[in-house]
Amino acid sequence: MNFNKIYALGLRHLYLISNSFPRVLDLIYWPTVQIFLWGFISKFFTLSSDYYSNTIGIILTAAILYDFLFRASISFNMMFLEEIWSRNFTNLFIAPIKISEIITSLTITAVLRTLIGLIPASILAVPLFGVSIFELGLPLLFLLIALYLFGISLGLLVASGLLRFGPSFENIAWASLFFFAPLGCIYYPIEILPYALQIIAKGLPLVHIFEEMRNILINDLINYSDIIKAISMSIVYFIFGVIIFNISYSGARQRGTLINMGE
Amino acid sequence: MYIQIKNLTKKFKNNFAVNKISFDIEKNKTVGLLGPNGCGKTTSIGMLLGLIEPSEGEIIINNKNLQSYKRNELLAEINFASPYIELPKKLTVKQNLEVYGRLYGVENLNSRINEISADLDIKSFFEKNTGELSSGQKNRVSLAKSLINKPKILLLDEPTASLDPDIGDFIRSYIQEYRSKNQVTILLASHNMNEVERLCNSIIMMKEGKIIDRGTCSQIIKRHGRNNLEETFLKLARSKDEL
Repeated sequence: MNFNKIYALGLRHLYLISNSFPRVLDLIYWPTVQIFLWGFISKFFTLSSDYYSNTIGIILTAAILYDFLFRASISFNMMFLEEIWSRNFTNLFIAPIKISEIITSLTITAVLRTLIGLIPASILAVPLFGVSIFELGLPLLFLLIALYLFGISLGLLVASGLLRFGPSFENIAWASLFFFAPLGCIYYPIEILPYALQIIAKGLPLVHIFEEMRNILINDLINYSDIIKAISMSIVYFIFGVIIFNISYSGARQRGTLINMGE
Repeated sequence: MYIQIKNLTKKFKNNFAVNKISFDIEKNKTVGLLGPNGCGKTTSIGMLLGLIEPSEGEIIINNKNLQSYKRNELLAEINFASPYIELPKKLTVKQNLEVYGRLYGVENLNSRINEISADLDIKSFFEKNTGELSSGQKNRVSLAKSLINKPKILLLDEPTASLDPDIGDFIRSYIQEYRSKNQVTILLASHNMNEVERLCNSIIMMKEGKIIDRGTCSQIIKRHGRNNLEETFLKLARSKDEL
């Protein structure tokens, strides 16, 4: 791996963000809207029903963590799509940069894009709704790592689709995470799902991440085996994503679609 | 030979885009790749750039096989410019050159950027977003990017397409000047016959994925009994007997 090349590709995306205030605003806008929306919904439930008492922290923390996953995946996809939209694909793939360096660069740069959106939203939640995701303590870091790896894995799968099917796959990029949201048990326990879907859901790290989040916030207990399971599953998905990406890249070279991919 | 192409073939489903072409390019020579639209020029260039996997055949660059040698090491010595691909529109000219200079591992990057921008007269719009430039300015920036790593092999796909005669002449003159000062082997795909006659030491004519003729411009013109390369091109492109 050549870190100068990884930095160079990262720099391309940092320049893109820093050159455009609307882009920065866009990164901050959606997570903030999410926090407001879920914050007010949770507050209403809490005030209107004994059943929902004290759930504001759980729902809002879940919303913030889900948004972190969403931003990680979308950031990865967006950076890939930017290359397609700007018709820069050929220039990028004829440069002496390895696929592993491209993936590493996009993965690292996606962290920055994700944090630009999430940090202001997380900070806003403290004075507005009295909710801090940092109440999760040290496990928060591990949960974020698991979420991030899974988000990037989804990003890799969508990027593979873009390589395979071209820009027409763009809509799937936006829809991909919503597909997993119901199965991820973000806002409700896994028992809510029908039994058959529970089996599928257990194959996703999301269930383990959000179950553990609720376990910490409700029971004040930390189950590290669940966290390890979530991280391990995310790593497996990440490796799977890298393999699929490489297969798609090789397929794109066979089909000759890299040379004129654009809008 | 610096570039050797042996039986290079690319088949898409049942269609041969490139069909067993073989040619050599000597070091520091400029070879024109001519042919009607869809004859396989872009596919051939794509294979030379490692963007398209050949179905058969070999590409040997400086005695190293592109398919089996470390692709990145070979790509570090190659570059490509075409008006049909673009640099990121929202980055300034300077930022684009910096990013690509780093991707190509260029040493003393700032001085190289200054040198190439002075040569191509792009400093006046250095801080402008690339997407805001005129076609002529974009072409010069694209050429600057393609020369940022001082490539030993330069592939040019219609470098002056859609440019006015003044800018087109500037680009052609610059390529001539650059070639005289640097060690560079050029493969030029173009539909501008005057450009090909002016820049190329020899030409390869393609049609329907095959090479139908090759030689110097004067040899080919003479062989087909025409007055200039444009007439020769038309004769070869329209004839049904050349394959």
